[in-house]
Amino acid sequence: MKNEYLKNVVTLKYDIDKCTGCGICVDVCPHAVFRMENRKAVITDRDLCMECGACEKNCPFSALSVRSGVGCAWGIMMSELKGKDEPCCGCGE
Amino acid sequence: MSKLEKTWWMTSHIDTDAGKIPRISTQLNQKDRLGHLKVRLGIRRRKYSVSPGLYGIGNPDSNSPVLVTANYKLSFDKLRMELEGMDAWILILDTKGINVWCAAGKGTFGTDELVERITAVNLSRVVSHKKLILPQLGAPGVAAHIVTKRTGFKISYGPVLAKDVRQFIQAGNKATPQMRAVRFPLRERLVLTPVEITGILKPLLIITFLVLILDLSGLDIISVKDLLPYIGAIGVGAFLVPVLLPWIPVRAFALKGFILGIIYAFVLNISSGYILSPNPNWSQALVYFLTLSALSSFLAMGFTGSSTYTSLSGVVREMKFAVPSIIIVATLGIGFMILKLFVRF
Repeated sequence: MKNEYLKNVVTLKYDIDKCTGCGICVDVCPHAVFRMENRKAVITDRDLCMECGACEKNCPFSALSVRSGVGCAWGIMMSELKGKDEPCCGCGE
Repeated sequence: MSKLEKTWWMTSHIDTDAGKIPRISTQLNQKDRLGHLKVRLGIRRRKYSVSPGLYGIGNPDSNSPVLVTANYKLSFDKLRMELEGMDAWILILDTKGINVWCAAGKGTFGTDELVERITAVNLSRVVSHKKLILPQLGAPGVAAHIVTKRTGFKISYGPVLAKDVRQFIQAGNKATPQMRAVRFPLRERLVLTPVEITGILKPLLIITFLVLILDLSGLDIISVKDLLPYIGAIGVGAFLVPVLLPWIPVRAFALKGFILGIIYAFVLNISSGYILSPNPNWSQALVYFLTLSALSSFLAMGFTGSSTYTSLSGVVREMKFAVPSIIIVATLGIGFMILKLFVRF
């Protein structure tokens, strides 16, 4: 069985015109959101994106952008309550 | 490297152009294992770190690979175990004792720290090549092209798991798609559940204590055994939901917890004879349906933080609906519970 989260919600944006086909996004993505096709990266399934931000951070040509963050309900609640970023529950901290 | 604190897993030294580098063991001892157990149970997770810096495994020389990791001891131990029989350097970044993935998210496993650490340990005098192997899960914090620009070192992102690192190196720094994929198998979900449960132990103990006082006061309002169904609901939300995660056919975690919570309340109500019996107790059944499902739902939602596939936008969307719903359901449940004390219905 596959773990799948909510549909049509992630903020991942990709500008294929800026892509030079270096393939680093394929390497860093933990959920195989990208694959190489005709020397360009293409998106396989946006809904698999967990917004970790690795692709945006490592794309040398700024072809990718995403509002990155941790999908952690406790963290979100704590930052709402205390008005600051709180460490996440499952984070070894 | 005399500033590194001497510990039991350092065995000797390696002489390099940049000075003496501690050699570390690839074997774990009793002390390491006990430490791992404590971390998994959620005891003093914050202080489980090793000193940042450069270490050697086996008999590394100037051509040996350099592997970068966090100074969270659990990550460090996994990596050194997997390198048994190999010659390599391990560069440990200061991530304040936090694992690679979470530290990358915070930016402590990051571009600046890596660049500074490379300089601080004089890495270009220890190795003659210009290659670093980083764990793939460090990528959210590190811009590989900027590290190259600032230090000359080129980054290869290695596998997600330390157990694949040997194969990755042997294949000439190439990862298979399997090595790159983050999954969330049953074993991993199970390992994370005790932390969820110890997290709610404190409020549970406080409530138990308060109930115990009420119980002993002789007011006949509540007794300690009335808490048992709620302890069951904690088990459902914080243990059963994580275990059954991919098989519960909805996507939102709070909804997964709500569904299992309702099923649990249903089973409990039937077995207690509150519903579908000659003498039903509808009010008590209603209290259980509302409170137990709310509790299970809330705890299941908390597991989004431990999961490896939930996005921030997704969790925010889920919470917009789930948090008010849980508050309403829980308030109704507690309201009925209190009402029952005064009105027999």
